[in-house]
Amino acid sequence: MESLEEIKSRTEIAVPGAKVVIVPNANPALAGSLLLDHQHAVAVAKFLRDDPALKLDFCSNVTGVDWLDRVVKTKHKVVRSEDGVDTEVDEERTAQIPGYLEAVYHLYSMTLKHGPVVIRLRTEGRTENVRLPSLTPVFRSAELQEREIFDLFGIHFEGHPDLRRILMWDEFTDFPMRKDYREPDDYDYEPTPHGAVAAKAKLHYPARPAQDGGESISKPGAAV
Amino acid sequence: MSEQIDESLKAELQKQGVLVTSIQELCSLGYNWGRRNSIWPLQFGLACCAIEMIAAAASRFDLARFGGEVFRPSPRQADLIIVSGTVTKKMAPQVVRLYNQMPDPKYVIAMGACAISGGPFKQGYNVLKGIDRYIPVDVFIPGCPPRPEAFLHAFIELQKKIDAQKLVGPAQGSHLNPERPSEFPIPVFGAHDLEPPANRSIWNPKPVERS
Repeated sequence: MESLEEIKSRTEIAVPGAKVVIVPNANPALAGSLLLDHQHAVAVAKFLRDDPALKLDFCSNVTGVDWLDRVVKTKHKVVRSEDGVDTEVDEERTAQIPGYLEAVYHLYSMTLKHGPVVIRLRTEGRTENVRLPSLTPVFRSAELQEREIFDLFGIHFEGHPDLRRILMWDEFTDFPMRKDYREPDDYDYEPTPHGAVAAKAKLHYPARPAQDGGESISKPGAAV
Repeated sequence: MSEQIDESLKAELQKQGVLVTSIQELCSLGYNWGRRNSIWPLQFGLACCAIEMIAAAASRFDLARFGGEVFRPSPRQADLIIVSGTVTKKMAPQVVRLYNQMPDPKYVIAMGACAISGGPFKQGYNVLKGIDRYIPVDVFIPGCPPRPEAFLHAFIELQKKIDAQKLVGPAQGSHLNPERPSEFPIPVFGAHDLEPPANRSIWNPKPVERS
């Protein structure tokens, strides 16, 4: 199979205006992935599916990723001149990267027996503008998996034929796979708690003012 | 009446081969003998524990030896619901609905760690932490999953429980009490969780004592 760079350059020629960014993978054993822009994502997916050299006709897996707001620190070499002497100094720069949701597609070719080629789509924000173009019209196997991402991450896939919740009930309003999701607190009866369950159960323990001094320990949200 | 017969005299007569009893006791005996040896479970499984339940019903372990092989595909014909597997919050209202549709007297076996407490999935966002939060459970079987022998043991325990339910007197079966509810409220799907998260009229455990 061609390298990602070749796929990127051929895609950008075949789909005019498409912006394809190669997202490198830190693991040397794994290939990077292609980040697509919303406007041309469906056309690019069609090209990847139909191109005779690629024929990526099978979308095996679609999954979601929740990226929180993060601060990235990078080191830059900066030349400083003091008293006419130039010295090279490491300067640390911080960059604020706002969070976003991501859909990741793994494409394989059944006819040419190669793959995977990983493509990514990113939303503009984590809670606002969580819209992405649906690739279900191109890969039918993405239908239920995009529904699952809609259910658990809350990404709206535009152009999806039947976008409903698939695992949770229709009345449910949360998105459990988002990193800021908090589950309902029903750890009030834990006879043998340990680990993370013990920490949640402690909030429900009856107060023991004689031993613990005051009632602070039993208040929900108090120190554990 | 049985109350009028001296218990020691009764025991003495029994040693001599004379059985003294009352009509009610005799009826209880026959009634419970028939009920306990012909329990019709609901053909219903939720997860991997169901495979062990099926194994217990199949030839190697043979639930038919204890009279429980007639799995019914309809709750209207079932005496026993075996909650075998993880009860998701999406499934819980359906389990309660099936229980409500069963005719009295009816019994519940909670099979496996998940049906008892949520088991290994108890921290999941969609896992009910024990079916006893919504319906009264007669026998709990711990295990992940319990072996068919454990299931048979629970079945025999249930038979003992049925045997102890007399027609009259203080040991009268709770299903004969007209005050006892036969149906329990079905939880509704809420915005964040099931509403209510537990039926407090039947599920009210004592606060856990810290050591």
